[in-house]
Amino acid sequence: MTPSVRLQEMIRVIRSARTQGEERGIIQRECADIRAQFRQGDNGERSHSLAKLLYVHMLGYPAHFGQMECVRLIASPRYSEKRIGYLGAMMLLDEKQDASLLITNSIKNDLSHSSQYVQSLALCTLACMGSAEMCRDLAPEIERLLRASNSYIKKKATLCAVHIIKKVPELAELFTPSARTLLSEKNHGVLHGAVVLITELCKRNPDTLDQFRKAVPELVQIMKGLVTSSYSPEHNVAGISDPFLQVRILRLLRILGHNNDTASDAMNDLLAQVATNTDSSKTAGSAVLYETVLTIMDINSESGLRVLAVNILGRFLLNNDRNIRYISMTSLQKIVQTDHNAVQRHRGTIVDCLKDQDTSVKRRALELSLALVSAVNIRSMMKELLIFLSFCPPELRSQTASGIFNAAERYSPSKRWHIDTILHVLTTAGGDVRDETVPNLIQLITTASELHCYTVHKLYRALVKDIAQSLVQVACWCIGEYGDLLLKGECEEIEPMQVTEDDVLDALETVLQSHMSSPATRGFALTATMKLSTRITDNVDRIRSIVSIYGSCIDLELQQRAVEYNALFKKYDHMRAAVLERMPVMDKNLPGHTNGDTPGEIKEPDTSKPKPVEAGLLSEPASQVCDLLDLLGGTDTPLQPSPAPTSTPTTTSSADLLDLLGGLEPTPVPTVSVYEKNGLSLKIQCDKQTETEVTVSLIASNSTQNDITNFTLQAAVPKSVQLQMKAPSGNVIPAHGLGQVTQTVLLNNPNKASLKMRIRVSYSNQGAMHQDTVLIDSFPSTACQPSISPL
Amino acid sequence: MNEAKCSWLGLIFSPVVLVQIRFILIQNRAGKTRLAKWYMQFDDDEKQKLIEEVHAVVTVRDAKHTNFVEFRNFKIIYRRYAGLYFCICVDVTDNNLAYLEAIHNFVEVLNEYFHNVCELDLVFNFYKVYTVVDEMFLAGEIRETSQTKVLKQLLMLQSLE
Repeated sequence: MTPSVRLQEMIRVIRSARTQGEERGIIQRECADIRAQFRQGDNGERSHSLAKLLYVHMLGYPAHFGQMECVRLIASPRYSEKRIGYLGAMMLLDEKQDASLLITNSIKNDLSHSSQYVQSLALCTLACMGSAEMCRDLAPEIERLLRASNSYIKKKATLCAVHIIKKVPELAELFTPSARTLLSEKNHGVLHGAVVLITELCKRNPDTLDQFRKAVPELVQIMKGLVTSSYSPEHNVAGISDPFLQVRILRLLRILGHNNDTASDAMNDLLAQVATNTDSSKTAGSAVLYETVLTIMDINSESGLRVLAVNILGRFLLNNDRNIRYISMTSLQKIVQTDHNAVQRHRGTIVDCLKDQDTSVKRRALELSLALVSAVNIRSMMKELLIFLSFCPPELRSQTASGIFNAAERYSPSKRWHIDTILHVLTTAGGDVRDETVPNLIQLITTASELHCYTVHKLYRALVKDIAQSLVQVACWCIGEYGDLLLKGECEEIEPMQVTEDDVLDALETVLQSHMSSPATRGFALTATMKLSTRITDNVDRIRSIVSIYGSCIDLELQQRAVEYNALFKKYDHMRAAVLERMPVMDKNLPGHTNGDTPGEIKEPDTSKPKPVEAGLLSEPASQVCDLLDLLGGTDTPLQPSPAPTSTPTTTSSADLLDLLGGLEPTPVPTVSVYEKNGLSLKIQCDKQTETEVTVSLIASNSTQNDITNFTLQAAVPKSVQLQMKAPSGNVIPAHGLGQVTQTVLLNNPNKASLKMRIRVSYSNQGAMHQDTVLIDSFPSTACQPSISPL
Repeated sequence: MNEAKCSWLGLIFSPVVLVQIRFILIQNRAGKTRLAKWYMQFDDDEKQKLIEEVHAVVTVRDAKHTNFVEFRNFKIIYRRYAGLYFCICVDVTDNNLAYLEAIHNFVEVLNEYFHNVCELDLVFNFYKVYTVVDEMFLAGEIRETSQTKVLKQLLMLQSLE
C-alpha cells in the first residue's frame, strides 16, 4: 500500500510541531478527523486512517476507538485493508480486550484462505496476541497447517503452535506427532521452528521428553551437517552456517541429554567436534561455542569433555571483547563448585577483571574471586581484594567487605594477619560492614593475647584519624582493656610512639563528645574511660570528672552507666580493681551467640540496635545480681558490659557475668565442693543446664604454702554421654588460695541418662607427684536463672 | 491443573520458565519509541513504564560497558546503531551472544530493504518495519534467519499492495 500522501503529510506535520502543546493540538485534530472517517463507512480511505491512528498510538496517545475498526478491516476482502487491520489488532488489541474475541472467526477463515500471505497474516496475529480461548478454538487449524506443503506457512505455523502451547499447555499432545515429522525438513526456517516446538514440548511433559530422546541421533546428524557443510550463502553469518539453528539444536540436546546417559553418550562426539571446529573470532562463533559449553556442563559428559569446556571458557576470559568475558564469568560462577581446580587455573585473569570499568563485569569478577579464595592463595587474593575495596563502586562495598571477612575467617594464615586485614577493611570501608563485625573482632582480639600490645597501638592510631563507627567502637574497647600496654610505649612489631595518659583520655573524650558518635559508640567510650581508671595512675580525677558529667546525660543508657560508675568510685572503691579486671577469653561458639545473629536479618545500618537490647537486658540482671549480692552484704556492683556474649538475650550472659565475679570471695553461684585433700580443693559449678546439655566448671584452689604445678584434670563419663573438655585456664595453682584454675566441661546427654563423672587429678606439689580420683554423681542445678524473656 | 503439572515437573526439571523474547524495542537517544513489539501480556501503563525504564538503563551506558544489562528479573540485550538503540528483552538463561547476532541480522535486513536505512525511514514507514519484524521474529522466538529469504518475501508482500 503506498502510504497515502495524507499519512506522510500528517507525520511531517506532527514532527514539525515545536512544542508539546502544539503537537497535542495537531493530534487531537487528526484524531477527530479519523473518527469521522470511521463513522463514514466503507470507502478506500479506511486503511489510511487506521495507519494514521497507529502512528498516533506509537507516539503514546490513546487510540482505543480504533479497535472496532481493526475488526472491521480484518474482515475486508482486500489485502491492503486486511494487513493494516491485523497490524492494528496486534498493536491495539490484547487478551484483555473484549474486541479480540471478535476476530477469532476472521482468523479462522483467513487460515484457510487461498493466498498464503493472508494465511501468514492470520498466523502472525494469532501467534502474537492469541488468548487462551482463541488458541483452543484454532488449534486444530494450526495442526492442519503444520502438515501443509508450503514451507512458508509451515514456518509460521510451527511458531504459532509454540505460542499455543505456552498459553494452553494441555494442547501439547495435539502437536507432538507432527513435530516429529518436521525434523526431517530441509528448509532451515521450518527446521528452526520445529526445534523450538520440540523444545517447548519436552520442557512441559516428561513423557514427550522420553519420546524425543529417540530423535537424538537425528539431531546429531543435522548438527554434523551444519558444522561440516561447505559454505552455504543463505544462512551464513560470519562464516558459521546458520548459528541460530545450531544454538537451538544444542539447547534441545541439552534438555534431552540431561540426566540421561545414553543420550549423553550419543552427543559426546558431536560436542567435541563442535567445540574444536568452530571458529570463535566472531560473535556468531562464540555464541555457538558458548551454547556448547553450557550443554556439556549440563549433561552427563565425560571428564575430558568437561575440561575442554572449561578451557573454552578460559579462552573467552582472555578475549578482548568485554561481552565475552562477562558471559564466561557468568558460566564459571556456576561450575566453580564442581570443577574448582579447573577454574583455579584462570584465577589471574579473573582477578584482572576486577579492574574492568563495567560494573556488571566487576560484580561477576568479585563473586568469582571470592569463590576461588583458598588456603593456598589467601595472601595474594586478599591483597587484590583490598585494593579492589578501595576503588570499588559503593554498591559493591558491603558485599566485598563481608566476602573478605568470610574468607579471612576461614583461611587466615596467622592471627596477626587476620587482625590486620580486618582493620584495613574497617579503615577503608567502615561504614559498610555488618553489625556482627564489632563483637567478632573483639572476640578475635581477646584470643590473640600475644598481639594485644600491637593491636592496641594500631587501633589508637586509627582512632585518632578515623570516624567509622565500627572502628571507633573496637578501638575504644581495646584502649579500655589494654590501655596499660598502650602507655608502656614499647611494642616490638610496630614503631614506638609515645602516648601519654592525657593523649589517651583526650582521644576518648573526643569520641564521647563528637557529633558523629552514635549512642552505642559513646557507651563504648565511657566504659573504656572507666576501665582506664585502674590501668593508669595519674589522671584518675579527670576520669572521675568525665564520668560524673555523664551522670546527667539525656541518653538513658549513658546516664545509667555513668551513675553506676560514679557509685563505683564513691562507695565501692575497694572493689573497683577487681571489677575492672581484664576480660577473660570469650568463647565464640556459645549457643547464645548464634541466637543473637538471627535478629541481624532485620537490616539496621547503625549498631545502636544491639545496644538498647543490651541496655534492657543488663538492667534486669543488674537488679537480679543486686538481689543476690544483697544476701552477701548489700553490695551494689555495676556491671561490666561485655559486648559479645551479652548482646544476645539469653541466660548464658548472666552466668558469664556471675563468673566474672567469681574473683570475689563469696561467689553467688553455689559451687559444690567435690574434693578436698592435701590442701587441694576442687569445686564444681554448673554454668548452664538444658534438657540434654550441661556445662560445668571445675574450679581448683590451693590452700597450701607452696604452689601446685603441672595440675591436670582428666574426666570420664558413662557411655551415652559425650564429653568435651575445654582448655584449662592454667596448670599452676598459686599457694595460699591466691588464685584458681578453672576448666570448663561440656556434657552432652541426649538420652537423659543419669549424669556421673569420674575425675582424675594429677599435680606436683613440692616436687612430689600426686594423683587422685573422685567420682561426682550429683550435679548442682544451675543457680539463679533470671527470667529474662529473649527480646 | 497447570499448577499441578508444573509442580510435578518441578521434581524433574526446574519450574518451566518462559524462555523467550519478551519484547523488542527500537528507541532513539531522546527516548522516542520507533518500534515496540510485545510478545507477552502487559497493561498499557506497564508498557509505558517498561519503555521508560529501558530507556533510562540503556542510554547511560557507553562503549565501556557490555551489551547486556540485567533488568528486573530478566535481561536486555541491546546494540546502538547511530542514534537508535535496538533492545531485545530476554530471559536470564538465554544465550546473549545469539541474540546479539539476531539484532545485527535484523538491522542488516532493514538496511537492505530500505536501501541504507536511517531513522526517518523507520518513522515514515513504521508499518513496513513491523512487517520485517514479523518476518524475522514470531511468538517470542527467532523465526527466519536467512537474509535473502526474508528480503524475497518482503518484496513479494510489497508487490501485493
